[in-house]
Amino acid sequence: MKGLLALPQWLWAQLRHEVLVLPSRSFVFFAALLLLVLPLFYDDPYVLRIITMTAIFAIFAASWDLLAGFTGQVNFGHALFFGVGAYTSALLSHHLGWIPWITVPLGAVLSMATGFLVGIPCLRLRGSYLSLATLAFPLILTGMLFAFPDFSGGELGISGLKRLVVSTVGNYYVAVLPMLILCFGIWKIGDSNTGLIFHAIREDEVACRASGINTTRYKLLAFALSGLFAGLSGALYAHFMRVAGPSALEVALSFQVVIWGIFGGIATIYGPVLAVFLLYPLTEILANFDMFKEIRLLIFAVIVLLVLLFMPQGLTPWIRDKIELVCPRCKNRNVFTRHQCRLCGAELR
Amino acid sequence: MFQDILISGLVNSGVYALLALGFSLIFGVARIVNIAHTAFYMLAAYALYGLLVIAKVPFLLAIPLAVAAVVALSLVCYKLVIEPVRQHESAVLIATIALALIFQESLLVAFGGSFRGMPNAIEGVVSIIGVRVSYQRLIVLVVVALTLVATWYLLNRTRLGLAIRAAANDQEIANLMGINVGRVAMYTVGISVALAAIAGVVVAPVFVVDPLMWLAPLVTMLAIVVLGGLGSLKGSVIGAFIIGYVEAITVFAVPSGSYLKGAVALTIMIVVLLIRPEGLFGVVFEEER
Repeated sequence: MKGLLALPQWLWAQLRHEVLVLPSRSFVFFAALLLLVLPLFYDDPYVLRIITMTAIFAIFAASWDLLAGFTGQVNFGHALFFGVGAYTSALLSHHLGWIPWITVPLGAVLSMATGFLVGIPCLRLRGSYLSLATLAFPLILTGMLFAFPDFSGGELGISGLKRLVVSTVGNYYVAVLPMLILCFGIWKIGDSNTGLIFHAIREDEVACRASGINTTRYKLLAFALSGLFAGLSGALYAHFMRVAGPSALEVALSFQVVIWGIFGGIATIYGPVLAVFLLYPLTEILANFDMFKEIRLLIFAVIVLLVLLFMPQGLTPWIRDKIELVCPRCKNRNVFTRHQCRLCGAELR
Repeated sequence: MFQDILISGLVNSGVYALLALGFSLIFGVARIVNIAHTAFYMLAAYALYGLLVIAKVPFLLAIPLAVAAVVALSLVCYKLVIEPVRQHESAVLIATIALALIFQESLLVAFGGSFRGMPNAIEGVVSIIGVRVSYQRLIVLVVVALTLVATWYLLNRTRLGLAIRAAANDQEIANLMGINVGRVAMYTVGISVALAAIAGVVVAPVFVVDPLMWLAPLVTMLAIVVLGGLGSLKGSVIGAFIIGYVEAITVFAVPSGSYLKGAVALTIMIVVLLIRPEGLFGVVFEEER
């Protein structure tokens, strides 16, 4: 009996002492719960469809943050991984007739390999050079795909792909469950020792190397992991939209993910995810109104611009600093109503 | 075919050189990666279209008006949007992306998404070494050459140019020497956008204008700037000629080359970066170790 109760007790203790003590974590926890139970009482296919797409892009944005935010390798060509994932999965299922449950993971794995390969030349580049050079990779791939239209479908791409599952609710869970698990996983990576090294590489790579850390290995790891997650989101997207086309490699998509990442606040993981959940449905919902249909991207850009003028570090760091305080002694976060740190008891103000 | 490559490469390279030079200037002085740079090029093309076709302004008046309007707009944008967030590099980056999107969408609303052509300044063609070249393309070449010379003169023979180069070299020391770095940055934005706007108005009659015309030159321009070395003006011009000719050769000499021209140009950029990570003429910035 005691053994049976140990797990729930441990979970409850984790929840009480790690999640509910901080407003930001409680918010994420309840938002995740809401996403999980939403289809049980609300099954409007249009809303579920938007949330499915949002979840797919949330994985994409989180993977960008792991590479650009944490490791500081600001990637302007992140659509490459998305496109490689989408095209690999689509080509395998189109030419070989494999089922999506096999091709989607394969797409993610090939995208991881792509991340590793792209990472090798990027090791030599820093800062703006890296950003501008990475912009080129998806365009090179687009050019090659266009040059072989029989194989890749050319400008139209490959359409008529099978979905992973048939029902709307099933598709919802196919996107939302990986999103929750992967984003939590990426956040945990960012919180781990590896994440600490990623932070250190962004802050000062030379000092990092001087401390005996093989930065080459860690940068390649960041590229590969980021490629893996972005590739998975690309493959999910292709099978959800049932088409893999050159739009998955567009400059616009690369810029979109940069906007999401910086708007939400870099090096936070939850920031870009929140930004996707705010901005993507916004543009989709605006498209319903005739008067906003034409100017929805304009509204989107103006909102991004105005928010940045007031919160140049991004949305979530601004909110987080308002509702949480950092303990001056142990650097742990506390809710702003406390006067003493919840962990070490130091005075907060 | 050889002559086609020669002329079309020369025209494209000239336009790229103007764009890349402006981008380099603004990056060197203010460290702004201005994604909206080619959006200003597009705005100038549209301004010329509006003035020529809709308002029926004569050509010689329309060109300076269009350039001046775009430069004024860029200064307003810089003051309102970029300057308040200058301290935050990432915020500046997406502010410029957002600006470019705003321009694109505004033009889409105002003019629609269709391709629009406009009349040439002077109709007719002339034959040079056996190639028929339209007068408009000759105008492009002459204007580009004059602008490049004028920019060189401004940067190397005037006090403002000295201040710009000093600020690009070391902001803090320039400030200590009594240069108003903020104002120099402002002038640089003006000059840089003026270069893009000139490129826009001279090529508008040659190409057609559409609200997505800023994306293709943006990528090429960034490739050129990285190839030549960020912040290096000489590198930008030489890089523009390399990429311009590589594109022309790919288009004319390789089967399905028009699809591959971007890919080939970008591959060359990456190969150069692998051999020289700081570009052909790049300088290694001390603080960015």
